Amino acid sequence: MKVNDLILQTVTTLLAFIIIIFSIYLFFAGHYTPGGGFIGGLMTSAALVLLLLAFDQKTMNKVFPFNFLTVAASGLLISTLTGVGSFFFDVPFLTHTFDYVELPILGETALASTLIFDLGVYLVVVGIAMTIIQTIGESE
Amino acid sequence: MNNLVILPILIPLITATILLLIPKRIMLQKVISVVALSLTTIASIVLVHTVFNNGIQTLELGSWRPPFGIVLVADMFSSLLVLTGVIVSFMCILFAFRSIGKERERYYYYAFTQFLITGVMGAFLTGDMFNLFVFFEVMLMASYALIVLGGTRLQLRESLKYVLVNVISSALFVIALAYLYGVVGTLNMADVSSRVAESGQTGLLTVIAILFLIVFGLKGGIFPLFFWLPGSYKAPPYAITALFGALLTKVGVYAIYRTFTLIFYHEPQITHQIIGILAGITILIGAIGAIAYKDVKKILIYNIVTAVGVIVYGVAIATETGYAGGIYYLVHDMVIKGALFLLAGAMFAITGTNKIQQMGGLIKRHPLLGWMFFVASIALAGIPPLSGFVGKVLLVQGGLEAEHYVFVGVMLFSSLLVLYSVMKIFMNCFFKAEVLSEKEEKGSTKGLVYPAVILLAISAFLGLGAEVIYPYVWQAAETLMDPSIYIQAVLKE
Repeated sequence: MKVNDLILQTVTTLLAFIIIIFSIYLFFAGHYTPGGGFIGGLMTSAALVLLLLAFDQKTMNKVFPFNFLTVAASGLLISTLTGVGSFFFDVPFLTHTFDYVELPILGETALASTLIFDLGVYLVVVGIAMTIIQTIGESE
Repeated sequence: MNNLVILPILIPLITATILLLIPKRIMLQKVISVVALSLTTIASIVLVHTVFNNGIQTLELGSWRPPFGIVLVADMFSSLLVLTGVIVSFMCILFAFRSIGKERERYYYYAFTQFLITGVMGAFLTGDMFNLFVFFEVMLMASYALIVLGGTRLQLRESLKYVLVNVISSALFVIALAYLYGVVGTLNMADVSSRVAESGQTGLLTVIAILFLIVFGLKGGIFPLFFWLPGSYKAPPYAITALFGALLTKVGVYAIYRTFTLIFYHEPQITHQIIGILAGITILIGAIGAIAYKDVKKILIYNIVTAVGVIVYGVAIATETGYAGGIYYLVHDMVIKGALFLLAGAMFAITGTNKIQQMGGLIKRHPLLGWMFFVASIALAGIPPLSGFVGKVLLVQGGLEAEHYVFVGVMLFSSLLVLYSVMKIFMNCFFKAEVLSEKEEKGSTKGLVYPAVILLAISAFLGLGAEVIYPYVWQAAETLMDPSIYIQAVLKE
């Protein structure tokens, strides 16, 4: 019997975008309100898992043609390098800084270098979660 | 402000990350590993030198003053261990180049090793209890991966036990930390120490101290918490067992030293006495295990247990001589256990077996290997010109000064048993009648012996050059003896 999952697939294409946008919101909100790299990354991988449920592995590989382990490793590298950056300013490792910047649409915004660290965390979480799920899914 | 302190942690971490990105290019992985470990070794030597000349080095991560931020502290004790740890892991990786096999190399062996080194170095250098837990986990996660890497039946079974035991002990660690935080309200080691001193270590704090002893005892393998160790360490190949035997249990031992010299030193008649009794039994049990088996790997593994007992007893003696002996023996033991496991690994490469009865007459075609094993054995037992002697003499001296006659007797007796156990390997495997003819040998020792040669050279230097090493060890013992040096260096009051 052929399963017809038209409804699931249609809803997923819509929902995945909403979930990803919400996860990006959570990621940026982390400095002042609940949220941050970890939960943002987990939410993004939730959207990717939903895509994986509605479609299959092959489609996923076509849409996201990269190795998620590489994503995790580069996230780790980004986080570490934000710490290493402190070497050049002659301050202790992992010292972070922030500044207020006038952005075109958003107006005056506080930009902190911890955001880059959080970006690393975000990538690690997405990469690891997807690696685990895809590896288990692929193994027979 | 001194970013030098973080280099032994940072270089392996970055290396591990880069190695994750290039899993298929094995040659490049080897080159990067060697370069990174050389850099780490240089950084550690500089660190030891700086600490020796300028006192304790601290690094306040993120520019937050302790006790509010995490602080990395390199006193002489931790920097000596960092240096020894880096050298031993360097040699284990050189050994792995020719012995670990393509299959494991392709599945991130080098990356996991670098993560393991990151965790170990971090555990040695941190000055924060919770950070210590985190680095323990970094180290353990990497060791879970290394112990199961390859996926043979034995490895799968033993890794299950290993993971189970360590997850439970980690949970206990968190619980102990929660109790400690609930009582003193801080987790920075120096700050905890001064607050415990203010309150005079009440009964509750002594209970927490014992909880920490259980946690670190599980990690370090003291009686009666070493039950997981012989099986788990037997499962992975020699390059990995050497790394485990030289580093992992020693981190637990280091943590026992740190907590019971820096924080919980006010009720020695309870805590230190318990440590002393457990250490004494550990020595005996390890020695009994070592003479009981006819399996090269098992014998060496039980010798780890004996050594852990000997080192931990340094805490129970609680004099400067005792600490100096413990530290000296700790450094010696990391080096010599690495050397012994690597030599046994070379023997395994030749014969393809661990059973003593199936070897024999190896000395005929492998004289270098044989005599090196002999030297390593007598160094382990503590024969004078070599490294094991100095540490044991100091421990005996400390034990006699503190009037722990039973311990001195147990330790000297265990030295005999240890000597007997390794000589049993030497006599049976290298002499006796030849079992394997030249054609029956499973492989060659090409490239497998020289890492052990370097470790043995270091061991000989530790023994012969004791005059050179001694001031460093003494400085480490002084800091352990007087916690106020540590507290002042961190809190700068």
